[in-house]
Amino acid sequence: MTAIYKKELKSYFINMSGYVFIAFLLLFAGIFVTAVNLKSAMASFEYALSSMTMVFLFIIPILTMRSLAEERHARTDQLLYSLPLRVSDIVLGKYLAMLTVFLIPVGIMSVYPIILSAFGTIHYGACYGAILAFFLLGAALIAICMFMSALTESQIIAAVLSFGILLACYLMNGIAVLIPSTAIASYIGLMAVAILFALVVWLMTKNSIITIAAAAVCILPLSAAYYFNRSAFEGLFPDLLSTLSVFDRFNNFVYGIFDVTAIVYYLSIIVFFLFLSIQSVEKRRWS
Amino acid sequence: MIEVKNLTKRYGDHLAVKGISFTVEEGHIYGFLGPNGAGKSTTMNIITGCLAATEGSVTIDGHDIYAEPLAAKRCVGYLPEQPPLYFDMTPFEYLMFVAEAKGIDYESAFRQVREVIEATRLTDYQSRLIRNLSKGYKQRVGIAQAMLGDPKVIILDEPTVGLDPKQILEIRDLIRELGQTKTVILSSHIMQEVQAVCDRVMIISQGHLVASENIENLESLVSPTNKLHMSIRCDAETAEEVLLPINGVERMTMQNTRDEGVLDVTLDISREVDPRDDIFFAMADLRKPIISMRYEESTLEDIFLRLTDEDEGAVVPEDQPEEAPADAETREEAYTNMFSTEGYRVEDESDGKEDK
Repeated sequence: MTAIYKKELKSYFINMSGYVFIAFLLLFAGIFVTAVNLKSAMASFEYALSSMTMVFLFIIPILTMRSLAEERHARTDQLLYSLPLRVSDIVLGKYLAMLTVFLIPVGIMSVYPIILSAFGTIHYGACYGAILAFFLLGAALIAICMFMSALTESQIIAAVLSFGILLACYLMNGIAVLIPSTAIASYIGLMAVAILFALVVWLMTKNSIITIAAAAVCILPLSAAYYFNRSAFEGLFPDLLSTLSVFDRFNNFVYGIFDVTAIVYYLSIIVFFLFLSIQSVEKRRWS
Repeated sequence: MIEVKNLTKRYGDHLAVKGISFTVEEGHIYGFLGPNGAGKSTTMNIITGCLAATEGSVTIDGHDIYAEPLAAKRCVGYLPEQPPLYFDMTPFEYLMFVAEAKGIDYESAFRQVREVIEATRLTDYQSRLIRNLSKGYKQRVGIAQAMLGDPKVIILDEPTVGLDPKQILEIRDLIRELGQTKTVILSSHIMQEVQAVCDRVMIISQGHLVASENIENLESLVSPTNKLHMSIRCDAETAEEVLLPINGVERMTMQNTRDEGVLDVTLDISREVDPRDDIFFAMADLRKPIISMRYEESTLEDIFLRLTDEDEGAVVPEDQPEEAPADAETREEAYTNMFSTEGYRVEDESDGKEDK
């Protein structure tokens, strides 16, 4: 794993993408700190961070698009498979390298509150809590986007997919509000997700029996539950959707709340998507 | 060393490898021979753990590739068909990375990288970007990578494809050198190459293993007759009367040519006697001129084509000559329709050109 980690880290600084990523993040940090903290003379760095989460939409895909897609495109994945390495070593090594690149601007940004403290009162706890959450949010998004990169051979497709998913996450709360909170609407929404899931299963396996089984496992209990306990479905789908809004979890930290559930939430997203990436790479050997 | 049992690989509906079994013993250079698309790369990818088999098992030095992938992979150095290189690294950096990924500690990694750079004669190129190296040198970096970690088996998938003749010879020398200390398996679709480098050969066609022999044994499979192609100005009856009784001539086929009165004759002649002088004088006595005469020895190439053709059956239409893929190194092999009883024959024009 260390070999992969070192190689990846080096490659981010051999080609431009590492520098571009860091430069952009710091540029926007500068802009938002100027606008939020300096111009309006406000001492809470959290607000600047909260505006900055939007920048993730554009720069995280730049960081992650290469990671697994390029390996496949250049056929170097064959080397990695033939070396005595586990797939988890490969994926984790790459992920940690990206985290390290991300840690550099976050590290630089964590000096900002100290600078700001010269001009006003800084609540260090809230401030560094927010920086930690900012880092975890970025780490979760990197894990999601890395999975997108595992799905395809093309960096461009990986970047576009990642951007689409991140945008959907970013707007998720707004989308959730649009959906009526009646029981029937939730039922229809969940059914749509179940059918989508079955479709994905079919695309991956091309096996109609497994597909029907997967669809049945989702649809039957859902319908039964809807039949017996309709009231539980009220507002269920919008609620479920809003749990997917990775970005909004960050808001609590901006208001000075150290939200442990959000930390756990980010960590589980990281684990979940790393797991998916590993499975997706592993699956390719079996296809 | 390597034991492959009943290996099968299915891609969707397509069966790429159909139940291949073989054993690889230590200290030999194996040639894995087959036409394009025969399943060579797939088999090699499975042996090295890059690809999972649909059925069957691979054991390397006692380690099953699925049960103990890491131990098995440590015994193997692999160069895939397309050398897996990071173009933004120098050969030295790249090799250091591979050495480290193979779990070699820094000190010995440094020493081993120096050694393989020396062995593959990359010393002058070790600090250029791989992107800027020529194909031959890229291939060397690929081979150097496979040599790292002192694996017992080195597997090279078509190591000479796309190289110029000089580079091909250099790579072959390198492989021969490797073969002195290690077990080497190399795949190729060129018989001469296998003949030049390997001491054992496995021929694979359409996903089946059709032959697995020592090179010498394979030579004994060569048909007992050689061929003599002639153009003579003579009528068919006289030719038959004169040529067939000559000692050593076993069979003849004839074909009219575009030139009036000129006959193309192909004779099967036994290996023991050379009846060319007799034929010349017999024709001279009749004052029937021989316009051309070409002697053709049966070669391993013929066996290869025969073995791989048998599987494909008579896919080649009888009256439509089909060109086999011409390669930088091989001469053109064309199926030409001649009068022969076998429907079509293989023309082989440059025997003995290759070093054996």
